[in-house]
Amino acid sequence: MNWFTLFPLIMVVTLIIMGLYVVLFKKNLIKIIMGIALMQNGANLFLVSLAYREGYVAPIWTSAPSADMVLPTPHALTLTSIVIGVATTALMLSFVMMIKKHYGTINSDEVRRCRE
Amino acid sequence: MKKIIALIALIVISAFMLGGVAEMRGDDGSFGNPVETEMDDFFLEDSQDHNQVNNVVTAVLFDYRGLDTLGEATVLFSAVSGVLTVLRKYKLSKKENLTKLTKSSKGGKK
Amino acid sequence: MNFKMSVVVRTVADIMIIPIIVFGIYLILHGHLTPGGGFQGGAVIASATALLIVAWGTLKDNKDDFSTMESTGLTMFFLLALLGIIMGFSLFYNSLAGTGGIFGGTVSGINPGYINTGGTVPLMNIVVGLEVVAALSLILYMMAKRSDALEVEE
Repeated sequence: MNWFTLFPLIMVVTLIIMGLYVVLFKKNLIKIIMGIALMQNGANLFLVSLAYREGYVAPIWTSAPSADMVLPTPHALTLTSIVIGVATTALMLSFVMMIKKHYGTINSDEVRRCRE
Repeated sequence: MKKIIALIALIVISAFMLGGVAEMRGDDGSFGNPVETEMDDFFLEDSQDHNQVNNVVTAVLFDYRGLDTLGEATVLFSAVSGVLTVLRKYKLSKKENLTKLTKSSKGGKK
Repeated sequence: MNFKMSVVVRTVADIMIIPIIVFGIYLILHGHLTPGGGFQGGAVIASATALLIVAWGTLKDNKDDFSTMESTGLTMFFLLALLGIIMGFSLFYNSLAGTGGIFGGTVSGINPGYINTGGTVPLMNIVVGLEVVAALSLILYMMAKRSDALEVEE
């Protein structure tokens, strides 16, 4: 088995594990959102690396160097996923802004304690 | 205790993901040789035959998987509506003023 | 609170939004020929809004314009999808391609790229670009306007 040819997929695993670690162990809500964004980027990188064919060109016919092209469908999925990621990240950050306003803190433990 | 459980879960999940990556792509484990490509090869040919579009990614986005893009636009619309709703101007009544609640609970500890 | 930056930054921002917006419009209009499209071009134009907000602190209140733009984009996108059914085909069928009308040219093989091709795909690029510009600008505008919510009065 050649581990070097699997390098993008290992980077995908690294990104997702880093995001999962941040989500599980950090208490700051901003850092948790950063972890979620890391996991989103891992998923996007996974989709793009699924589309890769060695030695092929981008799937655009305008002045293409050759007619051998990589798979277009994962690229389209990634394209929509990035915009969705931006919008949902903005929604989560808005929640954090309102939590900061109401509770005065963004530590998840203290926010939970205030509810009692 | 909670942290130990979370650590064990993290290690197990990462082990499964690394094993899955190692077993991907058939026997040789090579990167860059997708196996199932009939649909994408059809898109590459058909986007010029029937759609007259050079950019195959755009053709997939707006024609073959257009319903996916419509759902994506709806999700974007919903997210923006959520941001507008969360960040609107409003006043809390005194009973549910959580800021005061926080301060009184902090002060009540003594 | 006043987040307005110095006059140098404000002037450079006012000048630099012109090439940014022109580049975004180029990306949207050539979405069926080159890498790009409604999503990418819309994000580029929304970055001009981000530049203005960073330089000026806030914008004047045009929230309703952005809301109208976004709703128009989504509605027009769905109407363009319904055009396939109206013309007698299925949903999202590209009924304008190759008919010779607007965006109705034909392409084949490796070509230098002609802008009058693509059928409904360039039109969908334009309306999705409108929606993405309005959505991201609205998010940026609201988060900049309500950032004073972070100050908890003591």
